[in-house]
Amino acid sequence: MLSAAVAVPLAGAAVLALARGWTERAARLFAIVATGVPAVLLVAAWLRFDLGSGQPFQLVEEAPWIPTLGVAWRVGVDGISLPVATMAALLFVAAVAYPEDYRGRPRQYFGWFLFLDAASLGLFLTLDLLVFYVFFDLSLVGMYFLIGRWGHADAQRAALKFFLYTFAGSLVMLLAILALYLATDPLTFDMAEIIAQQPLAGQATRAGLTLLGFAVGLGIKTPLFPVHTWLPPAHVEAPAPASAILAGVLLKMGTYGLVRIPLSMMRDTFSRYALLLGLFAVASIVYGALVAFGQNHLKRRIAYTSVNHMGYAVLGIAAAGALPSGQEAARQLALTGATVEMVAHGLVTGSLFLITGSFWRRAGEYDMDVYGGLASRASALTGATVLAAFASLGIPGLAHFVAEFQIFVGTFAVYPWLAGIGLLGVLVTAALFLQLLQKVFFGDLPERWAEFRDLVPSEAATLGLLLALVVVVGVFPRWLLDTIQTGSALLVATP
Amino acid sequence: MTMPVGHVVPELCLVVAGAAALVVALFAPRRLQWTAAVVALGGIAAAVVTTADLQAGPQQLTFSGTWAVDAAALWAKQLILVATAVAVGLSPEWFRTDPRHGEYYTMLLYAALGSIMMAGAADVMELVVGVLLASVAGYTLAAYHRRCPRSAEAGIKYFLLGGLTNPLLALGAVFLFGLAGSTLYQTLRLGLPAAASDPLLLVAAAVLVAVGLAFEMGAFPAHAWVADVAQGGPAPAAAFLTVVPKIGAAVAFARLFTLLPPEQVGWRPVVALLAAATMTLGNLAALWQDDLRRLLGWSAVSQSGYALMAVVVIDASDLALPALLLFLAAYAAGNLAAFGVVVELRGRTRLAGYRGLAQQRPWLAATLAVGLLSLVGIPPLAGFAGKWTLFAATMDGGYAWLAVLAVANTVVSLFYYLRVLAPVYFAPATEPIPALGGWAAAATMAAGAAAVAVGLAAGPLVDSFSRAQLLP
Repeated sequence: MLSAAVAVPLAGAAVLALARGWTERAARLFAIVATGVPAVLLVAAWLRFDLGSGQPFQLVEEAPWIPTLGVAWRVGVDGISLPVATMAALLFVAAVAYPEDYRGRPRQYFGWFLFLDAASLGLFLTLDLLVFYVFFDLSLVGMYFLIGRWGHADAQRAALKFFLYTFAGSLVMLLAILALYLATDPLTFDMAEIIAQQPLAGQATRAGLTLLGFAVGLGIKTPLFPVHTWLPPAHVEAPAPASAILAGVLLKMGTYGLVRIPLSMMRDTFSRYALLLGLFAVASIVYGALVAFGQNHLKRRIAYTSVNHMGYAVLGIAAAGALPSGQEAARQLALTGATVEMVAHGLVTGSLFLITGSFWRRAGEYDMDVYGGLASRASALTGATVLAAFASLGIPGLAHFVAEFQIFVGTFAVYPWLAGIGLLGVLVTAALFLQLLQKVFFGDLPERWAEFRDLVPSEAATLGLLLALVVVVGVFPRWLLDTIQTGSALLVATP
Repeated sequence: MTMPVGHVVPELCLVVAGAAALVVALFAPRRLQWTAAVVALGGIAAAVVTTADLQAGPQQLTFSGTWAVDAAALWAKQLILVATAVAVGLSPEWFRTDPRHGEYYTMLLYAALGSIMMAGAADVMELVVGVLLASVAGYTLAAYHRRCPRSAEAGIKYFLLGGLTNPLLALGAVFLFGLAGSTLYQTLRLGLPAAASDPLLLVAAAVLVAVGLAFEMGAFPAHAWVADVAQGGPAPAAAFLTVVPKIGAAVAFARLFTLLPPEQVGWRPVVALLAAATMTLGNLAALWQDDLRRLLGWSAVSQSGYALMAVVVIDASDLALPALLLFLAAYAAGNLAAFGVVVELRGRTRLAGYRGLAQQRPWLAATLAVGLLSLVGIPPLAGFAGKWTLFAATMDGGYAWLAVLAVANTVVSLFYYLRVLAPVYFAPATEPIPALGGWAAAATMAAGAAAVAVGLAAGPLVDSFSRAQLLP
């Protein structure tokens, strides 16, 4: 079932690559179906997920690939990967359903989206370290072509910077993966096996360097301050649905990777350096929020809030791994919060970036200052943006609040002062979103936007779906938290 | 002296096919010169089949210990044969107007034979003969467009550098003979540690041999010919010369250096420095090239540096030999695919000329992308399997710094490969892009398909590579 969730979009991409003479409508419908299938499959997987099994991974499927070297196609889910993967699958449906200017090449556009869908789901579902790396890299390839081909004026430069920067990170991570691999006995990339072995425990220098490799590789992808600089240009130049995927799905690969690999496989070493990671997380929180406040470019502002939000997630992860044992309840809370943060950020920031696409198609402008008073012209657009912005700044009753509340409560127990500084970020985020709403939607309506069109049905439906989930997670988080806790409990438990 | 002729049937196939191609070339009319290519392909096919037959047998030394029939040599042989077949496929349309078209295949087969001899040599004299055969046939191939100054210049440069380094290799062979009293690898293995009374001579011998083989590999310090041959030589010959001798020389390098006693000759760090210099130099030189063939030439240099990483840790890590073979296979597929696209586009080489290729010729664009991304090591293409096993072997053998440097170089290489791919995919076409024809297209697509297949089907390959031995 999980393998099919990866195979279907991949096969769909191949079909689109080879097809001839499809209309835009046909290609789009096909893409919606091909991204819809894995979403349905993952929801079905969720229904079959057993909350009380106590197994580290469920719904496991395995097939040999390079048996001599311990590489295999292994997929499975736990309480962490299942919600993140399902969110990613849903966001892909939204991204392909959202209208966009295909520049006369709809077939290729949707083909790359399906390819990226397969790579992303493969990454979240795989239980093999080398396959994890494979999908990590493939996500770069897909995004490179989407930005370079369908992006704005300076897209090629941004795409190149994105590819080079994150590829450097992923190769550093590859070395770390290999260091971990070479320490296993017998040699294997099987994640479950490596988690059980904790291969580098007790080798201070080597383990430290390996952790550094993971921190750099995954930190670039997350992105953490100070290795975030590829992110703003990539977001600014990418077409809006690709931005939504970049923020909503690709950034999660960094934080998910931190949980899946160093936090699980190198507990001892991780706890030794967790405080350092927490410091970088707090720096990202504060820096991301402050710099976002200084931006007048819609996409750039939202892009920097991603640095801020992913900082919360990393702070939660750092707190969760702060100690090899003890304080289990608080650390579990932090990890659960970090996972909810990933889901919430995907849904909320995904929606926000899709909304920027609506602005671009109507006005060709990302500068906030040229807008104003749109609330009177476009009530649905205003409503969606206000809801997403409020969610993003952490209003109770919406998804981010559930996440950040748990992250901060959990972190207070282990790093009280880090949590204290981190709270500053929430204040700044609130200010910057309120200012955004005020500039764009309130005040006087400039003459040139007198004919500004409200959301069309396809936009309204897509945003409606995503934002409804944001409300559901905010109001009834229990079903989500119960699932995540099965994973986070195992990860913080003393072995 | 025993002469088990059965162990050299593949080589005999090449000798006979080369001679037959020459006969065809002498008597066939101009419009039928291409039939020599068919003869060559027939010889290669026979060699592939007979090599496969040997692969089912035991790994052993034969011809009184001068010739290795081990899995390393046999796999290298298969690689060389398949790569040569692709080079043959790239040629008929390219040389259609050349009056000496047919003889070209003889040269191609004999150059391949020289490379095969390098891979299988278990005697220093045998190795020297292989190197000389590959070089002499290679000079001719590089200069095959006699009236084209660039091609002649490439041939001269290749020849001059070869004329300098081949004697150095021979001199190294003499030194080894003087030290151990034999040129047989088996005897060297036992004799060289005893020759420690004169470590200086041993070091000198190692350096001389290394320089001689570096020439064939296109590695520092004898790499200077590669970019010129890639740019100026006939494009199918350039595809051949940047791939085939490298395979033979890399295996020969590994085989010979395992004989040196590491306690007396600290060769591992020195080869590591060679590898580091080769990959870095190649990459930096490729960085701003606007000529695709020259860019591929420098990239071929940098790839030799990666291949040398496996030599550094040969015998120190179990992964080294499988990684070397896998990497060479991946490199051959990726490089032949990229060069094949150049051939199929009639030698089109300015990067600006590749604008809009994806619109006009999507399959060729995809093949170029697959070839180049495989050379970078993007999964799941062949180059990825080659590179990660190489990195793992290097780290396993205690040369983590070399792996780190290789990673840095890989990032740099992505930059220039993307300089090629960006106009192909992101720019609109400005001019019609004519193509060459069916043979070249088929060979190119085959190489591109191999770059995908070797990556996806790495399992069985790694399985047999890891049972390979490097005798003696």
